[in-house]
Amino acid sequence: MEDTIKLEYIVSAEDFTRAGEASSDLKNILKQMGVSPDTVRKVSIAMYEGEINMVIHANGGVITVFVTPKEVTMILKDSGPGIPDIDKAMQAGYSTAPDNIRSLGFGAGMGLPNMKKYSDDMKIETELGVGTTVTMTVRIC
Amino acid sequence: MNTLNTKFFHSVYLDESLCKGCINCIKRCPTQAIRVRNGKARITSQFCIDCGECVRTCSHHAKKIHIDSLDILNDYTYTVALPAPSMYAQFNNLDDVNILLTALIYLGFDDVFEVGAAAELVSEASRKYVDTHQEQWPFISTACPSVVRLIRVRFPNLIDHLLPILPPVEVAAQLARKRAMAKTGLPADKIGIIFISPCPSKVTYVKSPLGTDHSAVDGVLAVKDVYPLLLPHMKIAEQRPMDLAISGRIGIGWGCSGGEAGGMITDSYLAADGIENVIRVLEDLEDEKFARLQFIELNACSGGCVGGVLNVENPYVAKAKIKRLNKYLPVARTHSEDIPLKIELNWNKAVEYEPVFQIGETVLESINKMKQIDSLCNEFPGLDCGSCGAPSCRALAEDIARGKAEKNDCVYILRNHIHLLSETYSRFSHEAIVDGEDPNACIHMLMNYMDKLTEEIALLDSHNLINTDSDSEEGKHYDD
Repeated sequence: MEDTIKLEYIVSAEDFTRAGEASSDLKNILKQMGVSPDTVRKVSIAMYEGEINMVIHANGGVITVFVTPKEVTMILKDSGPGIPDIDKAMQAGYSTAPDNIRSLGFGAGMGLPNMKKYSDDMKIETELGVGTTVTMTVRIC
Repeated sequence: MNTLNTKFFHSVYLDESLCKGCINCIKRCPTQAIRVRNGKARITSQFCIDCGECVRTCSHHAKKIHIDSLDILNDYTYTVALPAPSMYAQFNNLDDVNILLTALIYLGFDDVFEVGAAAELVSEASRKYVDTHQEQWPFISTACPSVVRLIRVRFPNLIDHLLPILPPVEVAAQLARKRAMAKTGLPADKIGIIFISPCPSKVTYVKSPLGTDHSAVDGVLAVKDVYPLLLPHMKIAEQRPMDLAISGRIGIGWGCSGGEAGGMITDSYLAADGIENVIRVLEDLEDEKFARLQFIELNACSGGCVGGVLNVENPYVAKAKIKRLNKYLPVARTHSEDIPLKIELNWNKAVEYEPVFQIGETVLESINKMKQIDSLCNEFPGLDCGSCGAPSCRALAEDIARGKAEKNDCVYILRNHIHLLSETYSRFSHEAIVDGEDPNACIHMLMNYMDKLTEEIALLDSHNLINTDSDSEEGKHYDD
């Protein structure tokens, strides 16, 4: 489609210190494209939380972003362990993050709740032992 | 400049014209380095670790810090500002670090190199070093120069645990200099690398570094001096900020206590802040109470660098601001493989024990002096009142043993002395035998005893607290 831009990010868990770079990059691109600051903020927060989740819990994955004049769609796909209990994972404060990254401020358990809050639409597909795909849409206003 | 001066150079100094000779700073100094002598609270150079507690405490603003002014920019053709990460938290409503960095350019710098970016490189190198040197666990962070100086004079057993990696300010300076030289082709002496510091400790580090011979930093400005000058520039920078920021969560997090430990990405760490707490941790560490830890972060200032005495914002408010700045930042944005310039991050000079607190030259001499100290302590009232100019009775006893003070400096000893005197003379007035033959015998005897009395009371005048305007050796331990 001519009015769509596709961006792809390989999120590696090899170097934890690079976690968050993909969202940072997308944020700058959207700013350059003149997307409204409000939309940019929502997209970058939703994407950031999703990206960090992928690094911490799923050993990385691929994020594909589609930008149209109407909306931004992010598809975060990983081959991680899957989410055993989605309702529990969506609870504010619930976290399975390891101890060594809590000192960096992660593990507050607000990742998934924030992703839901900042996106207009969110869908989680998960299978234990296979992986998880999170799809989020933010409307451009 | 003789070796004593460079080894114990200090940026903290006393402005005698403002000093009232009160005892507030002598009580707060963590190394008991200050004494009130001749009415002024002077710092003993070898004991001072530049932590800045005295600067914080002094209500007369008599304790000052040698720091450069913005005029230093005129000394160089090309200048690079090195803002410390804690500086980002000094401003209200700062959402984008680029605004601050752009404002620094408007202020007059030619370029900016974030100390936070160098901090990420230091964290990276530290993780590798700690991983490959397990036999030296726990490692103690060496970013806070006051902590390193404290360990150097008081905790020699911990010197082997010091992490021998240059602090972020030094790494930033070296990289900034290399980058500036490559970019401009100017010789080193025309390039000014200027650090904007939260504390006096780092000023001292620049003039007299530990772990390396010479610092690549040319000058140091205080955050509190630069802050008001930046505000108008930031208003303009807000319209179109330049894209200069390259620090991530780890780099900016270094500004708070726990940030450096966070960069180690381990849960086997301890982070302590505030000089008294640091001393407690070091004491316990010496007693090997927590050998299982990998890394120990120590900050002389409460809250970490945000609590530095040259910062303007309340350290805990600043901490909250840093947390907000960091919230959606990538974990790190500066990685060694991305930097084309290569520099050596390891120390090239070991830190050596300086036994400044040693009482005697030999063990035998020390034993004798210790006995002397103990017996003196028994004579002193144990009130730690500070009237003698020393922070505690024991400190006065030690000063006497070192030949730096006298027993009569203690007001209570002096008072007892005078009581004794008045008892003697009162006895005399009842028991004296006068030669009946000599008509002037009474007068002579009286004059004799009056002279003696005056002599003894004159001892009160030689007491340290009274300002006699005479010069003292201490406090003048550096070249200007």
